[in-house]
Amino acid sequence: MADPGPLIEPHIPALRRYAFALLRDHDRADDLVQDTLERALSRWLLRRADGDVRAWLFTILRNLHVSTWRRERRHGVGVAIDDITIPAIAARQDTALEVRDVLAVLEQLPEEQKSLLLLVGVEDFSYDDAARILGMPIGTVMSRLSRARQRLRSAVETGKVALLRRVK
Amino acid sequence: MTNDAPIVEDELQAYVDGRLPTARRAAVEAHLAQNRDARERIALEVRHRASLRGQLEHKFAEPVPPRLWIANIRAARRTTMLRRLTALAAGALIFAIGASSGWLAANHEIFVSVSALPPTSGVAQNANAAYRTFVVEVAHPVEVASAQEGHLLQWLSRRLGKPLVAPDLTPFGYKLMGGRLLPGNGSAAAQLMYDDARGKRLTLYVRAAEGSETAFRYQRDGDAATFAWIDRGFGFAVTAPATREELLPIAEAVYRGFGSVSSSK
Repeated sequence: MADPGPLIEPHIPALRRYAFALLRDHDRADDLVQDTLERALSRWLLRRADGDVRAWLFTILRNLHVSTWRRERRHGVGVAIDDITIPAIAARQDTALEVRDVLAVLEQLPEEQKSLLLLVGVEDFSYDDAARILGMPIGTVMSRLSRARQRLRSAVETGKVALLRRVK
Repeated sequence: MTNDAPIVEDELQAYVDGRLPTARRAAVEAHLAQNRDARERIALEVRHRASLRGQLEHKFAEPVPPRLWIANIRAARRTTMLRRLTALAAGALIFAIGASSGWLAANHEIFVSVSALPPTSGVAQNANAAYRTFVVEVAHPVEVASAQEGHLLQWLSRRLGKPLVAPDLTPFGYKLMGGRLLPGNGSAAAQLMYDDARGKRLTLYVRAAEGSETAFRYQRDGDAATFAWIDRGFGFAVTAPATREELLPIAEAVYRGFGSVSSSK
């Protein structure tokens, strides 16, 4: 049996980055990565032997994230009102009004759009891999990506307007 | 796609991601040069993509904390799994004893307390339960693999309180896979696992046991046969999916192997 350790370990920094971008909380992100790794080890023999380990790990992480989120929402715990308000745009994003904190703005997007932007734009997954990780038809990835970027632009725009108002 | 085909949104997205085929890049750039709105939008999307990446760069560069090291996660998994299987094995044993005494009671036979069972029977049952639990295990049949045989035997010997050797069963076609520590009858027990070329598994189970019964006790449970005996304070059992005739010479070889070690000590 091939030792999964050396095949999994190189992907841990990227898994932590994705988890952190989803949760924006260092501890909870590492909890999610830990759950992912535990599941990966217990299911190592069940994965497709010819499959890409990196995409497989990201799929596990994303599925865990979504199911946890659903469970929390069902039980009505975990999210305080303060946490779901639009994150403030830091005042240092001064006169140029160029919003640099895209990560904070990303928070306002639905999970699927957020994940798609992260997998394609940050983790450099191919469009096909990103579609598979997110369980969406491959033919719809490009249009969904276009919509996600449009949504991000308008969220950044809103942030800018909010900032303008505050500056005035 | 030809070079003068109209530009579609998918291509603009691929351009943002640097995934556009080179053949189309010039066409897309020409299109952007002529369309101010598209140019500004795409430039903004490229900037957003880069900012997002940049903001997360530090997270990627962070050293991985120890709790996410595979070795540590594995060690933690082994502990919980062992605890779970231990409970399972103990449950199986209680069930086996309960079932047999219940059968006896129902048949108006004498009540037999557990302690009245011959000690070899207890060893054989423990060995069989441990065999059933771990022989089907695909991912973790053994806790320590035979690659670390020295460490394995030293560790098991220390916990068992008896110098343990792994008998050489290659004459019978069985090679040592490794071993694990189990709860015995109030103390530690060790299980060594062997397999043959076709993947058939044999276990050798050892734990402290009282009594001076040295005769071999034969027990069959489905396809698994067990020979158990007690020798100088320790119970031994050899279990494998084999016939009585196939297993007996192996049990004898193990018996002789341990006898010589104990006397040389």
